[in-house]
Amino acid sequence: MSAFLTLLRHELRQVGRGGGDVLTLVLFFVITGAIVPFAVGPDQELLARIAPGIVWIAAFLAMLLGLDRLFRPDHEDGTLALLRLSGLPMPAVVAAKMLVHWLVAALPLLVASPLLAVLLAMDGDMLAATMLSLLVGTPALAAFGSVGAAVTVGLRRGGLVAPILVAPLSVPVLIFGAGSIGGQQAGSAVLLLAALSLTSVAFAPFAAALAISSADD
Amino acid sequence: MTQGQVRPYLRTVALACGRGGMPLVAGLDLMVGAGRCLVLRGANGAGKSTLLLTLAGLVAPLAGTIEIETEEGVHLLSHRNAVKPRLTVLENLAFWAGVNGATGIDPLAALDRVGLGAITHLDAGYLSAGQTRRLALARLLVTRRPVWLLDEPTAALDTEGHALVAALIGEHLAAGGLAIAATHDPLGLDPASVDALTIEAHR
Repeated sequence: MSAFLTLLRHELRQVGRGGGDVLTLVLFFVITGAIVPFAVGPDQELLARIAPGIVWIAAFLAMLLGLDRLFRPDHEDGTLALLRLSGLPMPAVVAAKMLVHWLVAALPLLVASPLLAVLLAMDGDMLAATMLSLLVGTPALAAFGSVGAAVTVGLRRGGLVAPILVAPLSVPVLIFGAGSIGGQQAGSAVLLLAALSLTSVAFAPFAAALAISSADD
Repeated sequence: MTQGQVRPYLRTVALACGRGGMPLVAGLDLMVGAGRCLVLRGANGAGKSTLLLTLAGLVAPLAGTIEIETEEGVHLLSHRNAVKPRLTVLENLAFWAGVNGATGIDPLAALDRVGLGAITHLDAGYLSAGQTRRLALARLLVTRRPVWLLDEPTAALDTEGHALVAALIGEHLAAGGLAIAATHDPLGLDPASVDALTIEAHR
């Protein structure tokens, strides 16, 4: 357990020293959402109707942006190989990195979502529903993302392949995510979203660990 | 299978290994016991690094078996130093002490030992190649593991660094450890504790 916490602290410390990484993702999230009104026109009603989808697409893209940072630097500088020789099981290593990925690439989006709500003409209830659905659904995106990043860690151009691999897996998350914001069956959509997150978070560390172990062969 | 052999030891039987579908080493029977150092020699690309990665368990062997009799695991010093440039020298080392278990000497003492005692709070990104190598060597000291697999341990090191590596391996062997080192340099170890193996490049 203490090795797990050491790894967690180590990862967070690196993010803290990284400078603008977190800010970049947040700005990307806000800007992606903010350019939509320019593209579809300033129709308030239309914007409010498609806002849930826009928020989820922006969150999805922002989280993809952070994927390349997940395993690649550690693979290239040999840290991942040494972690395999440490006493820490590989799924625990992946779980720590997944948690940090969520803290770095998803939690700040949640904090920034009120800003996007203003830009997309959302009301208070819708904002609350948006934040809840992001909170419940982003762990699934982090989980699928880590599997994608792990599978492509050995590929030279893996940074571009991972998003393509992750996108189809993330479709259900986007469906239930957007559906849980002010839709007709928002309640059950949130529950399905939670189920998706719990299941994927439970399985992803083992799948990703397997991919990382075979990347060196 | 221990056959009364003193721990730790490393034995391979008919080991074959390779990378990317290309077999490099075949039919290798090794036996390295406590207090012994096996020096691997061979041309570039002969398979020294691959053999070390295979022995470490990071690459699956093509055939044969590897038996490493120790409870504490193995240390691998590969050509990748696993040093994070944004963290300080001490933070880098303390991380490995925390993850691998602080069963060796204190990180500060280890940094002193490898000659980085004066710059423990410098960001590791500012280190020279030789200093980074010394930091990687310090990782072997903060966690006690009886089996050391060293790939070019003297790479990028100065003359004093060569002597340091020889001293560290010597102390490790004296403490009952064993080491396998791939190197082109004469390590300057006590010849009585060293075996040499030349890996032939076979194509």
